[in-house]
Amino acid sequence: MFSAAFAAVVLSGCATTANNPKDPFEGFNRAMFSVNEGIDVVVKPIAQGYDTVTPSPVKAGIGNFFGNIADVWTAFNNFLQGKGGQGFSDVGRVLVNTTIGIVGLFDVASEMGMEKHSEDFGQTLGKWGVGDGPYLYWPIIGPRTTRDTLGWAVDSYADPVLNLDDVALRNSLAGIRFIDLRASLLPTDKVVEQAAFDKYDYIRDAYLQHRRSEIDDGKLPVENQDSN
Amino acid sequence: MKSLYLLFFGLLITCSSVFAQEDTPDALIKKVTDDVLTIVRQDKDIQNGSTRKAIELVEAKVLPHFNFQRMTALAMGRDWNKATPEQKKQLSEEFKTLLVRTYSNALTGYRDQTVHYKPTRMQGDDKDVVVKTEIVQSGSKPIQLDYSMEKQAEGWKVYDVVVAGVSLVTNYRDTFSREVRANGVDGLIQMISTKNKQLEAGKK
Repeated sequence: MFSAAFAAVVLSGCATTANNPKDPFEGFNRAMFSVNEGIDVVVKPIAQGYDTVTPSPVKAGIGNFFGNIADVWTAFNNFLQGKGGQGFSDVGRVLVNTTIGIVGLFDVASEMGMEKHSEDFGQTLGKWGVGDGPYLYWPIIGPRTTRDTLGWAVDSYADPVLNLDDVALRNSLAGIRFIDLRASLLPTDKVVEQAAFDKYDYIRDAYLQHRRSEIDDGKLPVENQDSN
Repeated sequence: MKSLYLLFFGLLITCSSVFAQEDTPDALIKKVTDDVLTIVRQDKDIQNGSTRKAIELVEAKVLPHFNFQRMTALAMGRDWNKATPEQKKQLSEEFKTLLVRTYSNALTGYRDQTVHYKPTRMQGDDKDVVVKTEIVQSGSKPIQLDYSMEKQAEGWKVYDVVVAGVSLVTNYRDTFSREVRANGVDGLIQMISTKNKQLEAGKK
């Protein structure tokens, strides 16, 4: 009885694997994708309103402020990945931007030639050799590999904003950050809308390529090499 | 004496024509990018989202430096060999229309970003190089923009564009191969052409 059930699971597993090995839970993922498209019906107009109403320097300031907070975690992950040079540069960025850049509102460090990096715990795990695992699509947070889902949980646990004791302040900051992030993706919307035959597929494939490249720090995808 | 003079003259012409067509790949990318951005900065219509004008600009300045046949082959992977020469021509034409339309639009989003050109590693007789650039915006991580290029008789041609690690070409591979599996090469031609017609109809 048990073995029959097991065989059925294995067989159905094979059947879906044949479809797309990177995305064995496509059914679940597509359902969550529709949920997110539904949520975005509300979120997108807010982001568009924010984008129109907020003057550019203010928007830049808001982006820089949250970027500065994120740089702390980026530095930490650079050290975990053994990239000490980048890690120290990120620490320098935080020191400069928090002081001269007035609590991070101005990205003075970039102008001084200290390049901004972007590292998270999912990339660190990837660097340590943890594979992608099945692709997943979550409500609100969107596409993540299994490894990056775990990474995201650790990122959130360490997130200074989410760790604030003042609930009202915490929620407002997290809310503004979310809308600011959504607004920064508005120009991409149009391109994806036009380029994609199937938006779900296009986003999945782009996300997986992008993460691979982030973990390899910008090396070209291997897929590129075999042209025919 | 006269023949020596002719030989010398002939050499001179050959040399200068070689110099005229032989932009190095990174110099070519820089020249085209600078040309295009100079125009975008002055063109209020493009800044206000005119897809038509952006497409005209891309067709005039950018298209001559792209190898769309190679791009289509790259997007299709193994399925490319299943196509007849006539189908290959149609596929390349439709794919070109799609890429030009969608990515011309990206130009309308240009604001005040600057482009940095990274040193290109290549040896004298390389026929295939990657030219790396990055788009710099204050307050966010620079976006890597890489061009894979190959040397052809008429000069260097781009056959892949990789934005932040995402190849705009191979990103279509899964979608295309599924369509070929389901409806054959003609089905794929049909699919891209239908998409292009929809975009054309919705265009301003």
